[in-house]
Amino acid sequence: MTEWPLYEVFLRGKRGLNHVHVGSLHAADPEMALHHARDLYTRRNEGVSIWVVPAAMITASSPDEKDPFFAPAGDKVYRHPTFYEIPDDVPHM
Amino acid sequence: MTMSLDAPDETMLQQHFDSTIAHEHRVEPRDWMPDGYRKTMIRQIAQHAHSEIIGMQPEGNWITRAPSLRRKAVLLAKVQDEAGHGMYLYSAAETLGADRADLTDKLVHGQQKYSSIFNYPTLSYADVGVIGWLVDGAAICNQVPLCRSSYGPYGRAMIRICKEESFHQRQGYELLMTMMAGTDAQRAMVQGAVDRFWWPSLMMFGPPDDASVNTEQSMAWGIKRHTNDELRQRFVDMSVPQAEKLGVRLPDPELAWNDARQHYDFGSVDWDELSAVIKGNGPCNAQRVAHRKAAHDEGAWVRDAATAYAAKTSRRLEAKT
Repeated sequence: MTEWPLYEVFLRGKRGLNHVHVGSLHAADPEMALHHARDLYTRRNEGVSIWVVPAAMITASSPDEKDPFFAPAGDKVYRHPTFYEIPDDVPHM
Repeated sequence: MTMSLDAPDETMLQQHFDSTIAHEHRVEPRDWMPDGYRKTMIRQIAQHAHSEIIGMQPEGNWITRAPSLRRKAVLLAKVQDEAGHGMYLYSAAETLGADRADLTDKLVHGQQKYSSIFNYPTLSYADVGVIGWLVDGAAICNQVPLCRSSYGPYGRAMIRICKEESFHQRQGYELLMTMMAGTDAQRAMVQGAVDRFWWPSLMMFGPPDDASVNTEQSMAWGIKRHTNDELRQRFVDMSVPQAEKLGVRLPDPELAWNDARQHYDFGSVDWDELSAVIKGNGPCNAQRVAHRKAAHDEGAWVRDAATAYAAKTSRRLEAKT
């Protein structure tokens, strides 16, 4: 028997929140993956919406390449609000 | 994006790993890690996953004979949780490159172990309560520190598991309180179950520190946070007042409060028994593994049918486009 493919599971905990990765499971097809994800990861109402994604379809950065890969953001401190000095007495800033 | 960096040498990778551990940061799946760490992690997680799966059997034994619909619903939910815990853990093991089918194969062929406690039989319904109270209580003592495991996916699985184990322990204790408020025969059943499960529960923490071969390295790697004896002591200290409240006697004549140590003293565990059970000579070892193998073999046609159905549906979808 060929093994069922691996699916990664993402849950939206409640309305207004992002889907968050919770784990993985094996299933023969996407529909079965959804059913298994419901049984496995939402036995206590942990989610209002489930995504299942074939693990093989995910492209990921590798943590060991962290420094060069995320370097473009590293030297752009001006993207953060704290980069800008505003006098304390300016209201609502 | 192209990366023209030379592959970093092993010493640098090792230093990076050591510093991750030293800073109490988590190791994540695609990080470089020493082979020994990966192997130990796979062994620990697989053994834990197998324990959850085999752990369904002693209590599953009583589902069809639960004394009421309420108890039956509770027990079903609990056993379903154990299956879920096994799945969370196999999922974590797979992030290390282990293959799930291969792990099941190793379990049914006796090449990987599971907790010795599940090799004891469940002789009465009181055993369901005592397993929840003592066995799951001991498991919680072991598992709460593992939520801080240095391996990220394992720690996250443990957080989910610990949240659910609390229900397991409470339903067990409540079941026992109900039986203790019942007839003399019911109270005797509870005492009998406590007598049988107390010592095996203490064995769940593993061999004593001076005989535990893996402890030192595991603590250095942040995959074990307390020694076996520390956790065993913690469990005894927690259980004694719970036993008193319940009105049962723990079967250890040497059990006594030690004011100087601020801990309970307790008798010595029969390590020969633990070692015999681990080696496969417990009361139910053969039965547990045979049952797991039969369940896997008898489910083969369902897996094959689902695979065939998925292939057919995907062919039809392709034909349409």
